[in-house]
Amino acid sequence: MPNRIKSVVSGPGLLFASLGLVALFAPFLTLAANRIVAGEGVRVWDVAGPEAIIPGMVGVVIGLALGLPSAWQSVRFTGSLVGIAALVWLLMQGSTSLLEGAGTYARVSLGSGFWCLLAILLLLAADALSSLSPGPKMRSALLAVAIIVSALVLWSGALTDLSIFREYANRQDAFFNAAWRHLGLAFGSLVVAAAIGFPLGVYCHRNQGLRGAVLPVLSFLQTIPSLAMFGIMIPLLAWVGSTIPGARELGVVGIGFLPAFLALVIYSLLPVVANTVAGLEATPILTLDAARGMGMTRHQRLKQIQLPLGLPVMLAGLRIVLVQNIGLAVIAGLIGGGGFGTFVFQGLNQTATDLILLGALPTVILALISAITMDILVELARPNQMRHG
Amino acid sequence: MIEIDNITKIYDGRAAVEAVSMTIESATITAIVGTSGSGKSTLLRMINRLVEPTTGQVRINGEPTAGLPKNALRRRIGYAIQGHGLFPHHTVAKNISAVPRLLGWHKDKIHARVNELLELFSMPPDEFRDRYPAELSGGQQQRVGVARALASRPDLLLMDEPFGALDPIIRTRAQADLHRIQRTLGSTILLVTHDMEEAIQLGDQVAVMDQGQLVQHGTPAEIITNPATEFVAEMVGGVDRPLRLLSLLSVSQILENGTAEGDPLDEKSSLREALSVCLWSGRSALPVERNGSPIGRVTLEAIRSRAEGTHEPG
Ligand SMILES: Nc1ncnc2c1ncn2[C@@H]1O[C@H](COP(=O)(O)OP(=O)(O)O)[C@@H](O)[C@H]1O
Ligand SMILES: [Mg+2]
Repeated sequence: MPNRIKSVVSGPGLLFASLGLVALFAPFLTLAANRIVAGEGVRVWDVAGPEAIIPGMVGVVIGLALGLPSAWQSVRFTGSLVGIAALVWLLMQGSTSLLEGAGTYARVSLGSGFWCLLAILLLLAADALSSLSPGPKMRSALLAVAIIVSALVLWSGALTDLSIFREYANRQDAFFNAAWRHLGLAFGSLVVAAAIGFPLGVYCHRNQGLRGAVLPVLSFLQTIPSLAMFGIMIPLLAWVGSTIPGARELGVVGIGFLPAFLALVIYSLLPVVANTVAGLEATPILTLDAARGMGMTRHQRLKQIQLPLGLPVMLAGLRIVLVQNIGLAVIAGLIGGGGFGTFVFQGLNQTATDLILLGALPTVILALISAITMDILVELARPNQMRHG
Repeated sequence: MIEIDNITKIYDGRAAVEAVSMTIESATITAIVGTSGSGKSTLLRMINRLVEPTTGQVRINGEPTAGLPKNALRRRIGYAIQGHGLFPHHTVAKNISAVPRLLGWHKDKIHARVNELLELFSMPPDEFRDRYPAELSGGQQQRVGVARALASRPDLLLMDEPFGALDPIIRTRAQADLHRIQRTLGSTILLVTHDMEEAIQLGDQVAVMDQGQLVQHGTPAEIITNPATEFVAEMVGGVDRPLRLLSLLSVSQILENGTAEGDPLDEKSSLREALSVCLWSGRSALPVERNGSPIGRVTLEAIRSRAEGTHEPG
């Protein structure tokens, strides 16, 4: 009997369900008198009236239960969606009802129970998806649907009573400025790093001596701790701005966007150059010998053979850079470079947890979307080596 | 006609190829044979200038190759290597058409040429054109590699251990295929191998290399009957020599009038086969036929006298 149960019930599913049930007992939301003080935890069954709570809790439990059968991965995936929808429902109902009569400055924040349940349901979704292993098209579609649905939920205003959305409402313009800044820092430095690193990688591939000189330097730069790197940029650019005529007028100053941008470019060079070299080297030596022997010029070999065969490895380098830069760009907030880091550091100063989250959550989500998108691109870039593969 | 004129390649003060001269007649197969490291690949690669000679000259139909642009020269010379070197991300058709595309052939001409070559190599175009190399067997990959090298009807085909990666059974078939195709197309082939058996089977001429030097260049029969050095004799193999010699001759060459008992042998069979049938069936003479009708016989006595190697083959 136990063996049969084991084969019918998914191991991870069982783990998720048990952890989820435990997490239901942890505080789901917290209620605080204002945005600074620590809040009181509220368990999920206390956040609102039974007519709101019961469907929500049932939804979570059903979601976790659907995660159990090991045979039907699509059912398990659906379960995670049902569970997440139930969580959102509980948030909507709970935040509104807790604030009723709690005072003008009262704040409702997300509690440990919510975070645990969200993490568990996301793990369930990831586990089911990895078994389903959808192709790149299906994955793009899923990602698009997830983004659209999340955006609709946010825009609907259903969650505006949550403290994090209050923080957002108070600095809506600043938020979008920060978002553009953050994207500008992460993608801009990626583009510049690719523009420098890609040709550099090609030259390193062709010239053993250059490679021996360039890669160690880039590796060294990569090991400088990020805070130190941003720190170094400040006096360096301040010096450049004050000594080189006209530099200051072009915006070269010690603090702000430029030093942060430069630091990110420097961090990006190693992955771009190293993966370009590795990608170009991925072509089998015999294939290259044949190409040379049939009279392909160096340019033709690069374009027709080495680039197509190396593209996935080279894109994987860009993926590393993008995800890394989205995270590192937070530190730009420290040196006045803008971006979501601004909120994180303001929040830390004010001990306002939800302001920290307003900076941190979008950063995490951005990194996640970028990682998934780049993974899809890497897969699409893989040259066909089978008719149906 | 390809003339290799006193060609030398020095690497780090050591000669990988030293003062080699030879002439390769059009529409023949020349097999360069030698042990590993004897300079065969270097010699071959100096012909399409993948390696530049230190001194000496190569002429194709009288024209020195050193004066031609490298890539233009290479597009005139087919090149097939061990392990085929196919482009893994290109289909069979695209692989085969690589050089014609470099030469800017018209699309229709390329399409027709690919089909023609695939048929020549017994690979139905409908089935194989759109496959990727990974979807082919080792023998098929090798054939595509050779087809690719032949695609632009090159003046000369260079092959560096083309059958080295094949297992022995497929290799025999691949060799037979190459022989048939070379005879059909009248190609000039220079083929490198470390296998004397292969050199003797395929080569109209065999060139033996030892430590960078060309030690003997002649017909397979000359190499077997008159090895120029100890080294060549060793390569040819003491014990097997009579059998090797017999495998070069066909029954029709020692045909006698008369009849014999038992199953007949085709006149194109080698003397080695004839010997084997004699020994196996315990007969001292075998009837010989041409296209199914008897034309004479071959005797064990005559085979033996040929194996002793005193007769120059006619
Ligand atoms: N690019 C090179 N640099 C230095 N030495 C080489 C190079 N290519 C070949 N050699 C040397 O030349 C000799 C002949 O090599 P090769 O022509 O490849 O022999 P084979 O094909 O007969 O095995 C070997 O000793 C080899 O080490
Ligand atoms: Mg070799």
